[in-house]
Amino acid sequence: MSDFARRHHDMGGREAGPVEQGGHDYSMWEKRIDAIRRLLSDDKRRMMTVDELRRGIEELGAKAYDEMSYYERWAASTTNLLIEKGVITIDELGRKMEEVEARWTAEQETKE
Amino acid sequence: MSTETHGHGHGDGHRHEHPSQPDLEDQPVGYYQVMTEALGEVLIDKGVITADELRQQVEWQDSRAPVFGAKLIARAWVDPDFKERLLEDVNGAAAELDIDAGDIPIRAVENTGQVHNVIVCTLCSCYPRSLIGLPPDWYKSRAYRSRTVREPRAVLAEFGTEIGDDMEVRVHDSTADLRYLVMPMRPAGSEDMGEDELADLVGRDSMIGVALARSPGE
Repeated sequence: MSDFARRHHDMGGREAGPVEQGGHDYSMWEKRIDAIRRLLSDDKRRMMTVDELRRGIEELGAKAYDEMSYYERWAASTTNLLIEKGVITIDELGRKMEEVEARWTAEQETKE
Repeated sequence: MSTETHGHGHGDGHRHEHPSQPDLEDQPVGYYQVMTEALGEVLIDKGVITADELRQQVEWQDSRAPVFGAKLIARAWVDPDFKERLLEDVNGAAAELDIDAGDIPIRAVENTGQVHNVIVCTLCSCYPRSLIGLPPDWYKSRAYRSRTVREPRAVLAEFGTEIGDDMEVRVHDSTADLRYLVMPMRPAGSEDMGEDELADLVGRDSMIGVALARSPGE
């Protein structure tokens, strides 16, 4: 089969090593981005589809596809789509990220 | 944001210090954990979603487990009419048992003495998560996605499932709009078992198709 013009994510039929059968328990943030994505796709909102999520993941590029974890790709794609659609702005998100980081750092320091 | 969602933010959330098993794709996760938390809060602030909806969605997905799929399979084994309806329309048949199979159509594919079925999503990770929970990491791995359509027997053998040359192997590639659920064969020796006992024989991997249903006493 020619690999000409095949995109990175389209890996069906390619050569690969053994299937690693281990796993990990999903952490809360992974469940959370999954839940956010599902809410955005539900009948009440219809703000994005699963296909759009996948298109957003594929647009991250081959290097990111390989290096980011599964739900990191979901977080990046979902966020990019919402910015693209004008649901949120990059400034809003950036400010909130600083806020969250500052809050978590403070919480961590209180614990220590 | 509410106290409840705030509680999710730390604890086992952003520190990620003690995963019970390491993530196969382990990478520094801090940035995307912060992004996810911030994204949720922005969407809540803007009234796009509510904190309660978010909490309920997480709970709903947490409540999904292979036991739902197993109930459907066990009922199909004991009730031929139900089996027919399950093969016709999984989501409708699930509703008969008060199981929410979600909005995306799921198709049941039946293993027989001649045919063994296995599911994959070569492009990403589509999976009958409403009936058997979130997919294991290997289902989303490059190796499984690449090789299952090319050499399914070799992949199945890695899972300890040897399919004879006289059997046909059918590989079903899932999409965003259609997912599959494998209906494993009822194992020999289970003739006298009731529905609940039968359901215990149906593991997650048998509904993906990389394993068979357990034999009684196994």
